[in-house]
Amino acid sequence: MKPIEVMEEVCVAVASDQDIVSARMRGRTMALQLGFRATDATLIATAISELARNILLYAKSGEIVIAPLERGESRGLTVVARDRGPGIADTTRAMEDGYSTSGRLGLGLPGVRRLMDEFDLRSHAGEGTTVTVKKWND
Amino acid sequence: MQVPILKQGPYLIATIQSALTDADILQLRDALVEQVGRYRSRGVIIDVTALDVMDSFATGTLRDVAHMVRLRGAETVIVGIQPDVAFAMVHMGLTLEGVTTTLDLEEGLDHLNRNIKSSAAR
Repeated sequence: MKPIEVMEEVCVAVASDQDIVSARMRGRTMALQLGFRATDATLIATAISELARNILLYAKSGEIVIAPLERGESRGLTVVARDRGPGIADTTRAMEDGYSTSGRLGLGLPGVRRLMDEFDLRSHAGEGTTVTVKKWND
Repeated sequence: MQVPILKQGPYLIATIQSALTDADILQLRDALVEQVGRYRSRGVIIDVTALDVMDSFATGTLRDVAHMVRLRGAETVIVGIQPDVAFAMVHMGLTLEGVTTTLDLEEGLDHLNRNIKSSAAR
């Protein structure tokens, strides 16, 4: 087995719509470096775009951390989207297709869940929101 | 980055050349809806070949453009959605229902030429 390059995690501060583009581009680059197919890199970039926009839309600012993953023989990538915004009052409804408190399509979070292999949403009213997603390269 | 809009006969052709911010996409929407009136255009083509990602915002806004342009009396065709982008859109559940899409610019122009000729003949 060839030695695996040590890849550092990348943290992108999200405070403007330009940061959404930066975050998804960094995600795509890392996915390709980790050996993901271009199709999966696009899925990952799309998920990051949605997560970063949610930060901007609901919390005004936050961060996206993109890091390589290892579990046994499996390799992958994780994205953590974190903010200290108002939090999500009803996390169950936030995961329903078509539900939105912002008047948008309401496909963001449920869409992200479908794009990635693992999805975890933690939010408490007044304390912010952390979404952790993973994609495995197999 | 602003998207250049080319006026070609009765059509407007907007060619996206790189990743766009949300503000860029909104600016494109407003420019197209305004220019359809200014140039009395019959058709609008938006070439998304170079777009890296079609997320819910981009998809929703392009759908809005098509509907707004239709209300202004012209037809919109979205051209050049890449295979990976189409795959991601389907996974997310994003659709461009009610919006004409074609493989590339050539097909888009063919579509408009056919449709606009047949509506003029009526």
